[in-house]
Amino acid sequence: MGTPPPALAALDYALLRKILVQFIRSEVRRTGLSRGVLGLSGGLDSSLVAALAAEALGPEQVLGIAMPYRTSSPESLAHARLMVEHTGVRFAVVEITPMVDAYFAAEPEASSLRRGNKMARERMSILYDRSAAEGALVLGTSNKSEIFLGYGTAYGDLASAVNPIGDLFKTQVRGLSRFLGLPAAIVDKPPSADLWAGQSDEAELGFSYEAVDPLLYLMLDDRLEREALLARGWEPAFVDRITEMIRRSQFKRRLPVIAKISRRTADRDFLYPRDWGSG
Amino acid sequence: MIIHLGLAQIEPALGLPARNLELHLETIAAARARGLDLLLFPELSLTGYLLKDLVPELARPWPDPFFTPLLEASRHLDLAFGFVERGEDLLNYNTQAYLAGGRLVHKHRKAYLPTYGMFDEQRFFAAGEVLQSFPTRFGRLALLICEDLWHPSLPYLAFLDGALGLLVASASPLRGLEGSEGGGLPANAAFWDRLLSHHAQQYAGFVAFCNRCGVEDGSSYWGGSRLLGPDGQALAAGPLHEPALVIGEVDLSELARRRRGFSLLRDERPELVFRALERILRRRAGDDGAAGEVDAP
Repeated sequence: MGTPPPALAALDYALLRKILVQFIRSEVRRTGLSRGVLGLSGGLDSSLVAALAAEALGPEQVLGIAMPYRTSSPESLAHARLMVEHTGVRFAVVEITPMVDAYFAAEPEASSLRRGNKMARERMSILYDRSAAEGALVLGTSNKSEIFLGYGTAYGDLASAVNPIGDLFKTQVRGLSRFLGLPAAIVDKPPSADLWAGQSDEAELGFSYEAVDPLLYLMLDDRLEREALLARGWEPAFVDRITEMIRRSQFKRRLPVIAKISRRTADRDFLYPRDWGSG
Repeated sequence: MIIHLGLAQIEPALGLPARNLELHLETIAAARARGLDLLLFPELSLTGYLLKDLVPELARPWPDPFFTPLLEASRHLDLAFGFVERGEDLLNYNTQAYLAGGRLVHKHRKAYLPTYGMFDEQRFFAAGEVLQSFPTRFGRLALLICEDLWHPSLPYLAFLDGALGLLVASASPLRGLEGSEGGGLPANAAFWDRLLSHHAQQYAGFVAFCNRCGVEDGSSYWGGSRLLGPDGQALAAGPLHEPALVIGEVDLSELARRRRGFSLLRDERPELVFRALERILRRRAGDDGAAGEVDAP
């Protein structure tokens, strides 16, 4: 690992909290709604979003939904309940085993990747359905590290209406969670998408967020090019692999590409702000 | 003379001028109740900042009946606010207007439109071509809009043109929170802090900075409006990321006192600058020979 940027996790967390709480409140209420729903997995990212949303909207205005599959770790559900106690948000459990198993009964050879993606999209579909029932917006829980590595399912866990933590690296998510006093059992456990038993982000990716976040920071925020990174002691193979992961996942960070035909095209030269007309 | 100055650190609604006009009138009423002489609003305070394709839809010529309540209000205290101006040339400008005594005193069109990183202003606005100070009942002042202050040329010209102080209207979104641990300002706010203080001290003038707050399309504007005296020290400072009416007093006799022993502005040599600029412009145009100069190797 090369020289880490010292400033990465040295944030004014009190200010960050204020900004993110205000962001959630503003971006939800300007739509005329006052509620949020989120998938509460028991992991750190959704725990942090639940805590921020409870502060921004009031805990009774936030619905956390745990959506375990039969192979999900029981500890995850226990941690989700711990966060419900910690924040006072409303809680529901929706098992996704029947829907997912019914689908794959006809696709018995499906890989664990396909199964994992299906689970992520099943959860998204439930969140969007519940958001309509609740009159709520879906709160996103993807962090900057995942978003740039492409470590998420398009139209699955990457889908949301409002994402307060999408510009925070995983190490910053952990820093803010610690600052907010989230339970240590959640803050300190290894990250997992929990799509199958024993899954671990770091085992799957082959590196830890502590190792990759400083590199992502230097590449994205400081715009350092390859030569400058190597000069700072970063391994060429690691730099090249991360560069390729960012490049290959660019489509996940954009709307579908639309064939340009007319003089004015969605997402290209129809450039209204997203918050158009909502104040 | 003392100027009782207010900085309206408001959260304009994006693309809703009628609602913003109400917010202006409420803030003006609060400023009047506090006995203020001059109230500065942020950049694009009547429209919100991140307008993009809304720019031509919200553009208004000057004069326009929409501004009548503000003109009326300016009979009681001087006002500077921001709007999208439809020029007589049919181009759209990011404009700050100064009203006093029921009439328009001055309009400044933003001259430096940031178009890099998260900013895309030149795509939607035309750049102003003029920087002029203007007379007020307090003496000459100059208006700058946000990025205008980041280029050394405009503060320099404003003070050279006799301004006693700068009114800087801004819509600055926060970015670069890393390294802010221990109460340090975020990266771009810290840069602002240094620039504002530097210009006040450099020219022994006052600098009033009004930055908006609130959220648009995920960007959070950091507020932190402040008033700097001629020694570069803050006379008043607003909170970060929340609405406030920030109030401070500028004692103009303090400027005179400071300039008595600190005559940088008096000793400034605009003819030298003018000659050097002529030469530099010729060289940049590839016309070195005409200047009869050869750059040192």
